[in-house]
Amino acid sequence: MKVSVISVLLYLVLGPVAGGLLAGIDRKITARMQGRRGPSVLQPFYDLFKLFHKQVVVVNDVQDFLVWGFLVFIVFTGGLFFAGGDLLLVFFALTLAGIFFVMSACSANSPYSSMGAQRELMQMMAYEPMVLLVAIGFYDVTGSFSVSDIIHAGSVPAIAYMPGIFIGFLWILVIKFRKSPFDLSTTHHAHQEMVKGLTTELSGNILALVELSHWYENVFLLGVVGLFVVTNAWWSGIIAVAVCLLSYFSEILTDNIFPRVKWDFMLKSTWTVTMVAGVVNLLILTMIR
Amino acid sequence: MLKVSKSPWLLHYDGSSCNGCDIEVLACLTPVYDVERFGVINTGNPKHADIFLITGGINAQNAPVVKQIYAQMPNPKVVVAVGICACNGGIFKDCYNIDGGVDTAIPVDIYVPGCAARPEAIIDGVVRAVALLDEKRKNMRKEAAQ
Repeated sequence: MKVSVISVLLYLVLGPVAGGLLAGIDRKITARMQGRRGPSVLQPFYDLFKLFHKQVVVVNDVQDFLVWGFLVFIVFTGGLFFAGGDLLLVFFALTLAGIFFVMSACSANSPYSSMGAQRELMQMMAYEPMVLLVAIGFYDVTGSFSVSDIIHAGSVPAIAYMPGIFIGFLWILVIKFRKSPFDLSTTHHAHQEMVKGLTTELSGNILALVELSHWYENVFLLGVVGLFVVTNAWWSGIIAVAVCLLSYFSEILTDNIFPRVKWDFMLKSTWTVTMVAGVVNLLILTMIR
Repeated sequence: MLKVSKSPWLLHYDGSSCNGCDIEVLACLTPVYDVERFGVINTGNPKHADIFLITGGINAQNAPVVKQIYAQMPNPKVVVAVGICACNGGIFKDCYNIDGGVDTAIPVDIYVPGCAARPEAIIDGVVRAVALLDEKRKNMRKEAAQ
């Protein structure tokens, strides 16, 4: 109980710090890959500070409420995960948060914003099956949906039993991190055919809240990556962090290598990977267990 | 100390430019000049932007567009006129369809002359705009306090 309270508090405080630093490192590495110097690693924090000090422009009250809902449920998702809660509930809360975000974009009467919302729904349709398979996979391996039970399940990391599901999860992380080729709904690259999409109508402090939610979300998602590796041995935590950083780097590499694809390719390829890597892995698991 | 000017996000609008200045504006983002090291991002969205870069003169067709983009940008904001056409109409000044520089439509803070404006000059203009952002932020605070 005590441990879970401490880890939730650590997540609440250090989550945005780690998320912001990761975003800063992302921009630095991306710049170096393109032969540029790139901004300071602290740049995302400067951006956030700037956004909080801009003039408040309210498009409509519902939008602000929905963005707050997005933040609250993302923090709830991550908090529940790091408290060692139920993995299914964690993923359902994540979906709910995503829906809040889509609704906030829908509430503004703007074509780019609604285009972004439609594409985001398409993205959710693409990645949602894999997310559920991750939860089922963990249940098959450890006999429990509870994150704390999964960690203490044994000395063999879950990735040994479900490498396919891990690969599938890395695939959908590209969508979740909003990285090219799957950054259809909103992106950080100015050269895409639609740039801001979902966040077109958001500005100032409300946009800052979205950034903050993304940082919390990214740290939570890397936590799920770590869950594949972590065991009841203390040193597995170090390996988990290393694997998280490695997978984050691979996402940055993917981002810089591939151009954006159309939604139908995203949907088909993601579902194919889900079927081939995820479902086959799950079937084998069910047979050997 | 954290300042608003540490993260200047640009919006680039091509008024009636010949694309000479536009190419130079984009050149600022390439590895040679890399303005992103100062935190500059080319946003393409007025609601996210702090600095409004305009190239080309103002005519009857783009005047309402420029005014609307300016109105959509949240304060503090700075307008930079890039190239001689944006400054006062340039060689098109006497054309029947040109109103003149950007300042015939909206208030301009920084003028960057040149045909085309060189990337160094544009970066200099952006740096001056960034300093102005902090000043405007201070004034905003003073007004809010009153």
